[in-house]
Amino acid sequence: MVDEPVIVIGAGPAGTRAAQRLVQAGLRPVVIDENDRQGGQIYRRQPANFHRPPEKLYGTEAAKATALHSDFEMLRPHIDYRPGTTVWGVSEAGLMTVHASTVDVVPFSRVIIASGATDRIMPVPGWTTPGTYSLGAAQIALKAQACAIGGRPVFMGTGPLLYLVAWQYLQAGVAPAAVLDTSSLATRLRGLRGMASRARVVANGVRYMADLVRAGVKLHAGIMPRGIESSDGGVSAVTWRDAKGVLRHVSCDAVGMGYGLRSETQLADLLKCEFIFDPCFQQWRPHVDRDGRTTRPDIYLAGDGVLLRGADAAEAAGQLAACAVLRDTGYAVDAQEILPLHGTLATMNRFGRGLAQAFPWPAHLAAGLPDETVVCRCENITAGEIRRAAGELDAPEMNRAKALTRPGMGRCQGRMCGLAAAEVLAAARDVPVREVGRLRTAAPIKPLPLNCTVKS
Amino acid sequence: MPALFRRVAEKDRKAIHLFVDGHEIEAREGDTLLVALLTRTDRLRHNEFDASPRAGFCLMGACQDCWVWTEAGEQLRACSTTAQPGMRITTTEVPWLMNR
Repeated sequence: MVDEPVIVIGAGPAGTRAAQRLVQAGLRPVVIDENDRQGGQIYRRQPANFHRPPEKLYGTEAAKATALHSDFEMLRPHIDYRPGTTVWGVSEAGLMTVHASTVDVVPFSRVIIASGATDRIMPVPGWTTPGTYSLGAAQIALKAQACAIGGRPVFMGTGPLLYLVAWQYLQAGVAPAAVLDTSSLATRLRGLRGMASRARVVANGVRYMADLVRAGVKLHAGIMPRGIESSDGGVSAVTWRDAKGVLRHVSCDAVGMGYGLRSETQLADLLKCEFIFDPCFQQWRPHVDRDGRTTRPDIYLAGDGVLLRGADAAEAAGQLAACAVLRDTGYAVDAQEILPLHGTLATMNRFGRGLAQAFPWPAHLAAGLPDETVVCRCENITAGEIRRAAGELDAPEMNRAKALTRPGMGRCQGRMCGLAAAEVLAAARDVPVREVGRLRTAAPIKPLPLNCTVKS
Repeated sequence: MPALFRRVAEKDRKAIHLFVDGHEIEAREGDTLLVALLTRTDRLRHNEFDASPRAGFCLMGACQDCWVWTEAGEQLRACSTTAQPGMRITTTEVPWLMNR
């Protein structure tokens, strides 16, 4: 019998450390990376012909980024690395992948999914206007391509990334017009206890805010977004209600928005891993034990793709998932290796939960979205349509609502709108969001080229 | 049309040329298609349902909002495709494959 390989999906911090640990044990994993270069999002690499030093790109995390990148380069001869390759489905024979327009089936013995996360989005009227991007996008433009999304951007949402990106823009010579945060100073104080487990990270965040204030950038807390205004087809202003309820307005030419992150869980769903509702993060995620084992014996998860704890935790979780694979397939792994990793993750858990408390997902905004607000970007489905599904069409959960009025039916399969659409549906039915469930995943999870050829 | 994106560094890269809707544009080696286009213009395509302009959203291959097409009819995600010299891109979907 031919031994099928262990597959690692994703080559960010979790995927890299997982692959490294498997190689240490003498295995030759297949590493499937959707990006053209290893690094993931936080440690995303610029194209080879760019020259900015790591300190410019990764700031305080430059040493970690450099270590992760160079460790991966050393792994290259020992792994089957497949960059630019997307896993889009699952069959009896293995994972279905596509690279350029070539489709392949990759058999596996075990899979570690380290697919990361995307920005968590709460729609706002006008958010489909060109010039409006996710916070992650604003950061990628700068980090990977040395571009700003505009000359006078507003950053709106909540969470640490809001201040980090605003600060990075400031450093790049693009002063934000404002930073608008839905979290209040009171919620941030409540989260501080959990966040205190990583004082250095908190200190960095405070420094970003202080630098922004010193540069004259206005930081507003406890805001309620009203809309992104446009003229001549582009962004011209953002309107919001301040903490006192006063309607305010700031001119700008771009918006970066995001409300924390959402785990990219579609592959775990296709592989039929069981999901649970996480009340802290207010989202569904695959059920895992503390080593990353799912409810399926051959599938493991690591990194932000299962629990939102950031890049440092992802490195530990990747190594742990690899150790779990090794133990479960008969390799010896010393308990002395596992214990400190569990310890690291316990700290990261406290911190992650503190963050979620400090910068809570503003679920309440969904109820107030005007009916004509687009929620699903792909299919142009409005909040009003979802409310029609909730009421007149009596859809009790997301998949029914999707079948009746199409939110989440488009090319992104609800990656951008799914969580917000669930909030709109739940609010319209006056039930807790967990009761409306989550969108089921269907293959292909990303569009396939029309002219695919099958690899023989 | 005004440009959405502005370059803040890495400006001295080699120039390359590609064609967008039949017009030659200059870009820089290492640009993604999204950057090559949005440093020149303010949209990538139009939404299929209401024809409103769109210019991408997530830049990490998740939102599928930044599709452009080659003149041969191939769909490309502008955020994750590197611009190549001589590429011929259209910002409207061609109704059938022109090369076949």
